[in-house]
Amino acid sequence: MTWAAIVISSLGCYLLKLAGLSVPARWLEAPLVQRIAALLPVALLAALAAVQALATGTHLVLDARLAGVAAAIVALVLRAPFLVVVGVAAAVAAGVRAFS
Amino acid sequence: MSEAAPWVAQRAQILRTSLGVGVATGAYGLSYGALGTSAGLSVVQTCALSVLMFSGGSQFALIGVLGGGGNAVSGSASAMLLGARNALYGARLAPVLGLRGLRRAVGAQVVVDESTAVALRYEPEGVLAARLGFWATGLAIFVLWNLSTLVGAVLGNQLGDPRDFGLDAAAPAAFLALLAPRLRGRSPWLTALAGAAVAVAVVPVVPAGVPVLLAALVPVIAVLAGRSR
Repeated sequence: MTWAAIVISSLGCYLLKLAGLSVPARWLEAPLVQRIAALLPVALLAALAAVQALATGTHLVLDARLAGVAAAIVALVLRAPFLVVVGVAAAVAAGVRAFS
Repeated sequence: MSEAAPWVAQRAQILRTSLGVGVATGAYGLSYGALGTSAGLSVVQTCALSVLMFSGGSQFALIGVLGGGGNAVSGSASAMLLGARNALYGARLAPVLGLRGLRRAVGAQVVVDESTAVALRYEPEGVLAARLGFWATGLAIFVLWNLSTLVGAVLGNQLGDPRDFGLDAAAPAAFLALLAPRLRGRSPWLTALAGAAVAVAVVPVVPAGVPVLLAALVPVIAVLAGRSR
């Protein structure tokens, strides 16, 4: 039963990914779709960042993550490179957790 | 980075970003592996999910239900609901990646949050940069996620909680860093703020994975409303 669930849901997840990549190019050529596609990454990235900073399952939780993300924003404003931004976030979150 | 920047330097920057994202998220495989075996799955089953499903959120959902003695059908359903956003990512990436045949079949497996985020980060710098970001991030995460799953499944919780190392803040920071270069002008800022607000607002009322899907409606509504005005 466990193996059946593993194989069937893995196949389902794979087919979802494949279906997306298989959307015909001409569907995406309409000017309206192009304008949506141009803004879509901004909405997705902002949503991913916000959800991962604030959500634990289906609950909103304010914890040391937020301090780490705030430090990352400061690093971004100071134009720090990508790895520095990520490292600062982890270090500050770990520090806040260790001392709280 | 301007278009005039040498490809070698640009390539190195993209690979560093990809590897950084891979390490930050791959480390979560330790938690997943430990959780999988403690939920009652065998080491082989836990690792098989990381290879076959390769979608962190979906995997956590499935083992949560199976481990809790829940219905396998509802476990599969929530795993696929969480995986639905990968279809959206795939559709957005399709014209950028231009994959056919075997490459599409292989590439599909690594269409996840992080590979999409890095590909789209570098999309303004050209198709080649976006494709390199997608494949490098996808490969880095696939290797590290599966390795760390195995280590976590075998060692259990002996390695400690990734949160003690602040890794739960590294993931949102990485997404913010990938977002930042796109925030030029009023309309990207409004879209970002609205997308984040929508996603956070619905977290308590919809299943995990759905908030990001609903945030995708923000640009749809904004563009349609702008047209009818």
